Amino acid sequence: MISFIIRRMVITIPLVLLASVLVFILVANSGDPLADLRGRQPPVPPQVIQAREKMLGLDKPLPQRYWHWITNFVQGDMGKTIRGVEVRPLLWQRMQITLRMVVLASIIAIVLAIGAGVLSAVKQYTVTDYTFTFAGFLFLSMPVFWLAALMKEYGAIRLNKLFGKQVVFTVGPESPNLAGSFGHRLADYAGHLVLPTIALALISFAAWSRYQRATMLDVLGADYIRLARAKGLSRSRVMVRHALRNALIPLVTVVAIDTGAVFGGAVITERVFAWQGMGALLVQGVETSDPNILLAWLMVTSVLVVLFNLIADVLYAVLDPRIRYG
Amino acid sequence: MADTRVPPGADADDAGEGQELRRTEHGAQIHEVAATTTDREFTIAARTQTQMVLRRFLAHKLAVGSLVVFLIVVVASLIGGRFWRYDYADITPEFSSPPSLKHPMGTDSIGHDSMAQILRGAQKSVQVALMVALLATTFGALIGALAGYYRSWTDSALMRFTDLVLTIPAIALLAVLAANVSETAGNWFFIGLVLALLQWTYIARVVRGQFLSLREKEFVEAARALGASDARIMFRHLLPNATGSIIVNATITVAVAILLETALSYIGLGIRPPDTSLGLLVSTGQQAATTRPWLFWFPGIFIIIIALTVNFIGDGLRDAFDPTQTRVRA
Repeated sequence: MISFIIRRMVITIPLVLLASVLVFILVANSGDPLADLRGRQPPVPPQVIQAREKMLGLDKPLPQRYWHWITNFVQGDMGKTIRGVEVRPLLWQRMQITLRMVVLASIIAIVLAIGAGVLSAVKQYTVTDYTFTFAGFLFLSMPVFWLAALMKEYGAIRLNKLFGKQVVFTVGPESPNLAGSFGHRLADYAGHLVLPTIALALISFAAWSRYQRATMLDVLGADYIRLARAKGLSRSRVMVRHALRNALIPLVTVVAIDTGAVFGGAVITERVFAWQGMGALLVQGVETSDPNILLAWLMVTSVLVVLFNLIADVLYAVLDPRIRYG
Repeated sequence: MADTRVPPGADADDAGEGQELRRTEHGAQIHEVAATTTDREFTIAARTQTQMVLRRFLAHKLAVGSLVVFLIVVVASLIGGRFWRYDYADITPEFSSPPSLKHPMGTDSIGHDSMAQILRGAQKSVQVALMVALLATTFGALIGALAGYYRSWTDSALMRFTDLVLTIPAIALLAVLAANVSETAGNWFFIGLVLALLQWTYIARVVRGQFLSLREKEFVEAARALGASDARIMFRHLLPNATGSIIVNATITVAVAILLETALSYIGLGIRPPDTSLGLLVSTGQQAATTRPWLFWFPGIFIIIIALTVNFIGDGLRDAFDPTQTRVRA
């Protein structure tokens, strides 16, 4: 088992290195970070542009720039933005904001997906199944920005009117100049979290519940379930102890893989609710062609994707003893 | 996953029906034999694999209905704009007017006819999605086929390459690339190309899995013994057996591509003004969601209709290609 994990980790190192080369080439060829400076009226003297190029290291050949960047990166130095702000604390701060939005939503989505998927499978071809199936397909086909905007423009306003005061907020992760007691702040955070959480949870729920339904159906068709029923175990015991336990294994890995992508995946939802998280940072990096922001962003998310893929593999091997650690 | 060979037990309904048919035909033939002399006593209509899949698909009412709606939307979006009385760029004197007979989906604040704009937007979205499905499926199937058939180092190299592509979040790569070539960035062809570059990985994995098991089958050994080349075995013997899962995944790719393209356009990195797309229309309509709700609702509903029907078609196809998957034995 341990050797399996180590072997898997060893494979991921060249993968991450290759990804870093790919990311670097991609960013180096995307947009000119000095476009803003060059296009300025009245024109900026060429010496200034040259000095800036030198500062960003743009005057050196590509392999040298890559080496400079990667050696700094592995030591934890992600460089500075074009405006001279350190990237690492910036990225860290943005990631915390995104995490706040994503963690609760994912948990809710997992619970909902398991419940709906299992119920759908157990009551296959009944009204319950059709309802959940239709809901799953509907949210699978709904653009997250549309659902989020719908809740923002219609749901939030109605709800606030109903309560007679502002209970759900539609902009940002917290009220500006937030102060006061702990309870007061907590209520404020919660009020800001409601809508993004529901939007994200419903969208993730859709795919996962379909998946859970399919695996549960597979398990229910297996011979050992028939055996368990035949030897006289109660239906509920068979469902929970025999079927559900095994039907959860594939979902665990799917969720683990998706979690890696989720750090960058809330780009759209952040945009709708004006959260300054990872997504906003990416958009900012793209719009200003800021190489260090883009490099750090892409590297961190690809490392997370690789890491969670690894976790998924290991979890799968741990949970399913039939898997050979080949 | 989807095995195109029909498992013996699963086709019980069809077999029963077939026998019924044969019996009556038999009876009919006997009467006729007296009058005319035929060289065969009775005929058996053997259904091909395609016919069986088609029959099962047609029995799936939701999927067939979805296919009809989807085709209507596709045709309307691809050529409907030409027949509608307004062009998407036309500015009419009525601005911010709610849906009426003259403007079935209203107009925006400048006076654009919303229906013309939605048709244009849907056209771009559908073009992107179909292109992505075509390119990603072809490329993914090719990579998966090579990896699954040759195994060993070819497999390792191709699959590590697939992993590498998977590490880059789709939206990030799109954002970076779309900003890169700003002259072509708003171009649907470019966006489709970039999306296809990322979407092939899933199909490659599925096809590889199928090829890994199919290549061990006896009919492959027989083909090889007869002197068939690798290419012939791959394309004439293995690929047809993987068609089911390839087609199903291609439909899923269409739905994913539609949603990705609209999301990208929504954040301003996809199709750009003066051209338009459904995501862009939702993005501008959102500001007016409470005052001019039609600007927000119609493009959103169009996206959902396209994605939903495609998903239902995919589900119907999955059932049609693999009747065992949805049947519970217990």
